[in-house]
Amino acid sequence: MADKSRRSFLESVAVGWTIFTGASVAGLAACVRFMFPNDLFEPPTQFKIGPPEDFAEGVDERFKDLNSIWVVKDTDKIVVLSTVCTHLGCTPNWLSADLKFKCPCHGSGFYSTGINFEGPAPRPLERFKVGLAPDGQILVDKTRKFQQELGQWSDPDSFLPV
Amino acid sequence: MSLWNWITETQVWRSIFRHKYPDNPRDQSLAVLSNVFLHLHPIKVKKSGVRMSFTWCMGGITFFLFLVETITGILLMFYYRPTVEWAFNDIKALRELAPLGIMRELHRWGAHLMVITVWLHMLRVFLTGSYKPPREFNWNVGVILLVLTLLLSFTGYLLPWDQLAVWAITVGTNMARATPFLGHEGPGASLLALGDVQIVTAGSDVRFALLSGTLVGPAALLRFYVLHCIAIPLAAGLLMAIHFWRVRKDGGISGPL
Repeated sequence: MADKSRRSFLESVAVGWTIFTGASVAGLAACVRFMFPNDLFEPPTQFKIGPPEDFAEGVDERFKDLNSIWVVKDTDKIVVLSTVCTHLGCTPNWLSADLKFKCPCHGSGFYSTGINFEGPAPRPLERFKVGLAPDGQILVDKTRKFQQELGQWSDPDSFLPV
Repeated sequence: MSLWNWITETQVWRSIFRHKYPDNPRDQSLAVLSNVFLHLHPIKVKKSGVRMSFTWCMGGITFFLFLVETITGILLMFYYRPTVEWAFNDIKALRELAPLGIMRELHRWGAHLMVITVWLHMLRVFLTGSYKPPREFNWNVGVILLVLTLLLSFTGYLLPWDQLAVWAITVGTNMARATPFLGHEGPGASLLALGDVQIVTAGSDVRFALLSGTLVGPAALLRFYVLHCIAIPLAAGLLMAIHFWRVRKDGGISGPL
């Protein structure tokens, strides 16, 4: 076996450890990335819910189970409210007799406008972006939210005039 | 030659027990050193170390409960399927259809008890000052074990897949949104960005990794099941081995002050 100089020995050790460390980091990164799936079997975040004429005044619960939204229509506008309680994230129930959203987890209450008035919830329900698609249907975009306490409910994307 | 002598002379016996009958100091030492379980245990235990009023036996009871949870948990795995279609039905079937319908109750009460005994063990170690050097390293191992115990309870809570489970995990994982840097609503998360593109979002933060999605759904159930049955028990088992071995290395159970 050929004699190895101290220099070439240290060089091969350094190269070996560099490759080993790089491979370990790459393997670890691959394992972490593996935990983040590329596709989700969750409902779409942008969807059409039909033309405005389909909605009567009041709270519409048809899209609660699948899309986690309430469509609320009053005299001059339609808004889309998130069904996620602003306290700790449970889903309130719409009590049509009491005209309020009531959360079963800790008792937070909200008016049909989404404004909180009882219980521990610190702020109103969130609105999602709502608009009209070219075919006349209402288009909901859950990737954009509007918070009343931040003054975002005056944003024209946060309601649909009717 | 008696039968006993014949048995202890066989190669099978001598390959397992690498020492003579432990009636002298050398073989007594070997009996401990050549046994992996006894090896974790201190060679000598002080008189105060076995006094119930000093240790409350809380560490030992906690370990016993971990073994109970392991055995009952493995038995439950023979019946339970971690899918949305079956999870809730299988939990009900465990009570009504499986022989000895209290197996799940044993697992559940054992889990509650284990959280209590872990806290009491920590309280005892604190009150007796047993966290002080040279035992400060083991105190930290114990703190991690406490967190793992709570995580075992948390991940197990989702598996019955009833309303309580889903909403408790919804509330619990919502707290992960506020993790510093790793949660998309947490402090510092907005600093992690490439130009205008946020790195930590609702689709890439620690809550997403925990749930395999943005809501508590089928993927979250499976993920919690694997964490509950494989990942966390393995980590806890490894740390427990270190924890017990460390007690021995730091001079056995601490003495009264």
